[in-house]
Amino acid sequence: MLTNTMATADTASTPPLPAPWHTYLQSALAPDESIEAWLTLDLDDTLRFGDSVLVLTGRQLIACATDGQIAAWPLDATFELHAHDHAGVGSLTLQDDTARRAIWRFTLTQNPAALRFSRRFDQVLDALREGREAGPVPAVLCAQCQAPLPPDEDDCPACSGSIDQPPSTWTLFRLWRFARPYKGQLLLGFLLTLAATGATLVPPYLTMPLMDNVLIPYQNGQQIDTSLVVLYLGGLLGSAVVAWGLGWARTYILALFSERIGADLRTTTYDHLLRQSLEYFGNKRTGDLMARISSETDRICVFLSLHALDFATDVLMIIMTAIILASINPWLALVTLVPLPFIAWLIHLVRDRLRTGFDKTGRVWGEITSVLADTIPGIRVVKAFAQEKRESQRFREANRVNLEANDKLNRVWSVFSPTVALLTEVGLLVVWAFGIWQVANNDITVGVLTAFLAYIGRFYGRLDSMSRIVSVTQKAAAGAKRVFDILDHASSVPEPTNPVHLKGVQGQITLANVGFRYGNRAVLRDVDLVIQPGEMVGLVGHSGSGKSTLVNLMCRFYDVSEGAIRIDGTDVRSVPVAEYRQHIGLVLQEPFLFFGTIAENIAYGRPDASRDEIVAAARAAHAHEFILRLPQGYDSLVGERGQGLSGGERQRISIARALLIDPKILILDEATSSVDTETEKEIQKALDNLVRGRTTIAIAHRLSTLRKANRLVVMDRGRIVEEGDHDTLIERGGFYWRLYEAQQRQVEGEVLTPTITPAMPSAHTAGIAAEPALK
Amino acid sequence: MTTPAMDFTLTRDAFGHLSLTDAAGERHDHVQVVRAFPIAAPDEGISVLSAEGHELAWITHLNQTDPATRQLLNETLAARDFMPVLKRLKAVSSFATPSTWDVDTDRGPTRFVLRGEENIRRLPDEMLMIADEHGIQYLIRHLPALDAHSRKLLDRFL
Repeated sequence: MLTNTMATADTASTPPLPAPWHTYLQSALAPDESIEAWLTLDLDDTLRFGDSVLVLTGRQLIACATDGQIAAWPLDATFELHAHDHAGVGSLTLQDDTARRAIWRFTLTQNPAALRFSRRFDQVLDALREGREAGPVPAVLCAQCQAPLPPDEDDCPACSGSIDQPPSTWTLFRLWRFARPYKGQLLLGFLLTLAATGATLVPPYLTMPLMDNVLIPYQNGQQIDTSLVVLYLGGLLGSAVVAWGLGWARTYILALFSERIGADLRTTTYDHLLRQSLEYFGNKRTGDLMARISSETDRICVFLSLHALDFATDVLMIIMTAIILASINPWLALVTLVPLPFIAWLIHLVRDRLRTGFDKTGRVWGEITSVLADTIPGIRVVKAFAQEKRESQRFREANRVNLEANDKLNRVWSVFSPTVALLTEVGLLVVWAFGIWQVANNDITVGVLTAFLAYIGRFYGRLDSMSRIVSVTQKAAAGAKRVFDILDHASSVPEPTNPVHLKGVQGQITLANVGFRYGNRAVLRDVDLVIQPGEMVGLVGHSGSGKSTLVNLMCRFYDVSEGAIRIDGTDVRSVPVAEYRQHIGLVLQEPFLFFGTIAENIAYGRPDASRDEIVAAARAAHAHEFILRLPQGYDSLVGERGQGLSGGERQRISIARALLIDPKILILDEATSSVDTETEKEIQKALDNLVRGRTTIAIAHRLSTLRKANRLVVMDRGRIVEEGDHDTLIERGGFYWRLYEAQQRQVEGEVLTPTITPAMPSAHTAGIAAEPALK
Repeated sequence: MTTPAMDFTLTRDAFGHLSLTDAAGERHDHVQVVRAFPIAAPDEGISVLSAEGHELAWITHLNQTDPATRQLLNETLAARDFMPVLKRLKAVSSFATPSTWDVDTDRGPTRFVLRGEENIRRLPDEMLMIADEHGIQYLIRHLPALDAHSRKLLDRFL
């Protein structure tokens, strides 16, 4: 074991100190003194940003300021280094047995490094006290986050996959990923577009001979050649019919294609969203997420089926027209194309302003839906406190911001279209003028000029509609960006790259040195706990002591910030998430029932369960009888818009749900907190059936709920403070005893109140939750 | 409703920990001093909490304390509340998040990573609070008071 550690130790040697510090420190170090650890501090004493460095050698601790000023503390056996953090700022305190010697501060960016530094300090000091060499840095920990590395893996399961690259601005092209499966359709659509566009260009071309060979000769006194007229008109009609047929086929095929892309995009985004950790949902607003998946994907779909298609047609038409015009008369063609660069320039000019504008309106729109998503579920509170006016004001304010953003956008936008129209008219004018001059010089015939005018009538008309593409493209791009924001968000509970599959789960859970941080708040610190298979552990503590967080970590709703959680010795991060959760049954304080029948709700975790199994689970959960009392029995509809069920009844359904998946590990998070004592007894009976033979972790405010627990773990402010069974903990007279006493007092208080049924506190019952007293 | 100016004494030991001795002469070690309204009213409502997190004393306003205590409180709070005030945005790496911001603050220049637009919170009176990926909160006291360049950059995220 020792040699093993030594062997891996080389890989974790201290990285060399960066250049400026290295030169500053030369004078402070003895020739044979080696650097054991160093840490960049990004804050100075007054909490201003500025780099300095803290260096640990085998003999001294050296602080080197930005200007190279050095302070040194020769190591002493009485030294201790304490790491602490609060509100985004970490600190390291150096103290001996009489006083604090120094304090250094840094932002949490440096926190993993600081913890590593502090650990190394402890190792060096331990060695100093025992009078031996410190030995190499043990390397079994991940260099980035200090999580222990799985034995046969190089990548740390906690750190790998944390990418900070912003998504590219060419977001629309990323839709290609969704278009690829429909390549064939896309190609066919393109060919049809080409053909259809070609067909629409035939009629103007036919005006040329019609003018020169029929009308002009007639004006000059010749008879009209009827067969020629029939031929030309037939050509006109024929090309129109062909263009109609091709256009229909093209539009239909490409619309099918874009609808499918839209649907794929929507389902992919939703699938990806479902894989995100709870942390992600906690940070996002429901309304915003809903808008992104529903309206933004729809906007992209409309863009693809209408605007992108039109645009492609327009581009083709312009290219083809330009070729035809150039082939008829290059000079006139050149003049015709003169306004084109101007319009391109104008489009470019406006593009940026429009894009930011649309991006902004998208965000503001999210704000509006957020207000709705906030207020509608909370309508009871709004009404109870008579705050309709205030909520209406909030909505109005969001709408005002929306108006403002749109007004600003429309100012740019409204100037844009008429300008394009004006340029079109000017372009026509130029062609007329130049054309008349050429006709006068006998360079071209009247027919050629007519054909040109017919072409550019279409040509500029398309330019005008093409200019619209700018706005819709920007809109779609902004939408695509917001959708890809979701798609690009790597789950903070990532799927392992080299998944380890669990075979025959025993249900042993090991928490090794677990730390968890929510934003800048350290919620859990140094939690070490081993839960044996089949053991029932009760988690006890004030609200906010980290019990629920611990349970969320065990469910892998979040991943630990430090340390590791193992199931039967395997890091949970190396097991596929869904496979891992199959082994976990969860009963929450507020059971959530989906809209559907009771049977469907019970079988939620195992949709293939037979009716017998469902009934058996319901029986074991003591839910069978009340379900039978409902008019439609197991087929009664529950959930939103469904049959009203009481809290206890819903809870028993959720217990049946957990029973049906027959998990090895069971988590009860305040499963009986929201019901009265009578209902609690019913639920308790159901729970007793559930707990049997499973590793159980139960959180409860009411200590009575935990009477069956083999062991109680008492938590306070993110740490485990006591462990043991009820009697031991009471005997110890510590934290648990105080908690228990507080609940007892509460119960006695109730005994004195005659209106409440007296519930004499026995050794293991404590009656109503004593939450107010605990706070 | 007159609160006694101060019926306790605060002292700091050699380890830098604060101790409070209350009116009854009882001494509480390792007490913590916290602001109740660190943003809205930093000088009002300062609470002294015991190591277990129970409130021991409430100071309505900093100016109700004697100079020595006030200095002690100020020093402790200064080290506790780290909320740099953004003075200027120099550059942002991209307008799509995550984006790295180069900024000047009242505590010197720094850079941080903004994870998403939702980490910018609007507070009343045109105040903004921006949380970086490590949870450090940057404050913009008054949005219209920022220079045009900063506002233009910021506007792309609002």
